[in-house]
Amino acid sequence: MADGTQPRPAQASPAGPTSTPDASAAAICVRDFNLWYGDFQALFDVNLQVTRGKVTSLIGPSGCGKSTLLRSINRINERLGYVRTSGAIELLGQDILAEGVELTPLRRSVGMVFQRPNPLPLSIRDNVLFAYRLSKGGKTKRADEDQVLQEALEEVLLWDKVKDRLKRSATALSLEEQQKLCIARLLPIKPSVLLMDEPCSALDPKATRAVEELIWKLRGEYSILIVTHNMAQARRASDECIFMLMGEVVEHTATGEMFVTPKHQKTADYIEGRFG
Amino acid sequence: MTSSQPNRIDDRLDAAWIWDRIARAVIFLGGISAIVFVVAIFAFVAKEGLGFIFQKLDLGFFFSSPEWRPAQEPEPEFGGLALIAGTASITGLAMLIAVPFSLGVAIYIGEFATGKVRETLKILVELLAAIPSVVWGFIGLTILNPIIIDLFDVPVGLTVLNAGIILGLMAAPIMTTIAEDALKAVPDSYREAAEAMGATRWQVIRQVVLPSASKGLVAAILLGVGRGFGETMAVLMASGHAINIPTSPFDSARALTATIAAELGDTARGSDHYKALFSLGILLFLVTFVINLLADVLVRKGASDRS
Repeated sequence: MADGTQPRPAQASPAGPTSTPDASAAAICVRDFNLWYGDFQALFDVNLQVTRGKVTSLIGPSGCGKSTLLRSINRINERLGYVRTSGAIELLGQDILAEGVELTPLRRSVGMVFQRPNPLPLSIRDNVLFAYRLSKGGKTKRADEDQVLQEALEEVLLWDKVKDRLKRSATALSLEEQQKLCIARLLPIKPSVLLMDEPCSALDPKATRAVEELIWKLRGEYSILIVTHNMAQARRASDECIFMLMGEVVEHTATGEMFVTPKHQKTADYIEGRFG
Repeated sequence: MTSSQPNRIDDRLDAAWIWDRIARAVIFLGGISAIVFVVAIFAFVAKEGLGFIFQKLDLGFFFSSPEWRPAQEPEPEFGGLALIAGTASITGLAMLIAVPFSLGVAIYIGEFATGKVRETLKILVELLAAIPSVVWGFIGLTILNPIIIDLFDVPVGLTVLNAGIILGLMAAPIMTTIAEDALKAVPDSYREAAEAMGATRWQVIRQVVLPSASKGLVAAILLGVGRGFGETMAVLMASGHAINIPTSPFDSARALTATIAAELGDTARGSDHYKALFSLGILLFLVTFVINLLADVLVRKGASDRS
């Protein structure tokens, strides 16, 4: 178990789903989770909880399994075809690895932002409305779509910049704008969790700051799990911090605590830059 | 620079330098010869046919009359409409068969099949592309012909339908290969992004993959059309080779290419008939050239759009 977990009271989130069976504060709860790529075991008995409405960062050296864990939560890992798992991952109390779980609704309630901004080769408008239209089963009334579009782009502070070129291709935007767009396109379908896989690693410092501020702004309304290589980022922009090493969770505490008084020697060594 | 005199650059000509020059020369010759041959072929065909086209051939008659009587005495008739209609109808029918078939196979190989199934299918498709056209013609003549006669209760099975099916099957493998390349060129991050937003496999293909591969797919179809226009032997054997503007798939027809192949051996070199056949060759050359050029432009445009 992640001993350091500090349960916090559930945040009353206006957008989050309300039908949770228990009063648990966890948006994501991973239990005894193991994962193999073919014969290679990448994750070992992972246990952790992501508190609802908070930003939790996952840190650790390259190859420690952070991204693998993140990509297991929306089961996008299974695209590879040679992935096996054991254990459970609960999303708002529901085991998403159970038999009969459909991937489409799962992925609508778990949004993912990738390391490299990956807008689709469509217009800005069609990008933002992509998931929305999927959830509505096709195009909807123009006025509704316009409103959804504007709200999503305003939320990520992009509306004023792109409102005059919504028909243009999204791939022509700057990397920072692309990454904000990739966040914006998740918002119309109100996912309960946002997974971010090093969302700033392709961005310059100024863009990184802008995206970090955006993440911090979305906190509360969304539960956010963010993989990062950037210690300063984890420290600045997260409430809780999970340190992983060799496919195992070493430590999980409040961010402030981890960077001041880490419980494990390995954690201390890593965050002070002695390895990794 | 492992010389014992570190202050001087060793400028002796060694074996590597000589081989480099030889290899460059050979590769240059190989590259340039492709251009030379194309130009030479065009010059030869033009020399034999172009003068005839401008001086003797009545172009209005050629494009409006189905009367192809090149050996008629005293006045031969060179009406190309039946031949053009034959080629167009056979190619058109072939594409009706080949386009859905090849796109379906390409989408299956590119987007659904994995591992051994995928590799096996790719090898099979390439094998199919390597079957000589005379073998296809043979299949049309001996297998498809009786099947069509039995199935549709028609007197002759060597028809536009027969040639169209054979040509469609012949063109499909190369179209599949090119279409699959176009699908493979779509970055996987697009698929991943769409799937992570809850799109089903079909939604990903329909809304993301096909639109971004569209130019390459059109190019694949155009190359298939070019292949259909140029195919000779199989069409000659399966179409019935009758001068006739086909009004139904059960009519026999005759293609431009088949006409050249069947008649050129019987003509006197330099005669009007001989030159008329070269005029058909120029027409074919122009059509396939334009189609290939169009396909090439689309493939390049598709590649530059993605970057």
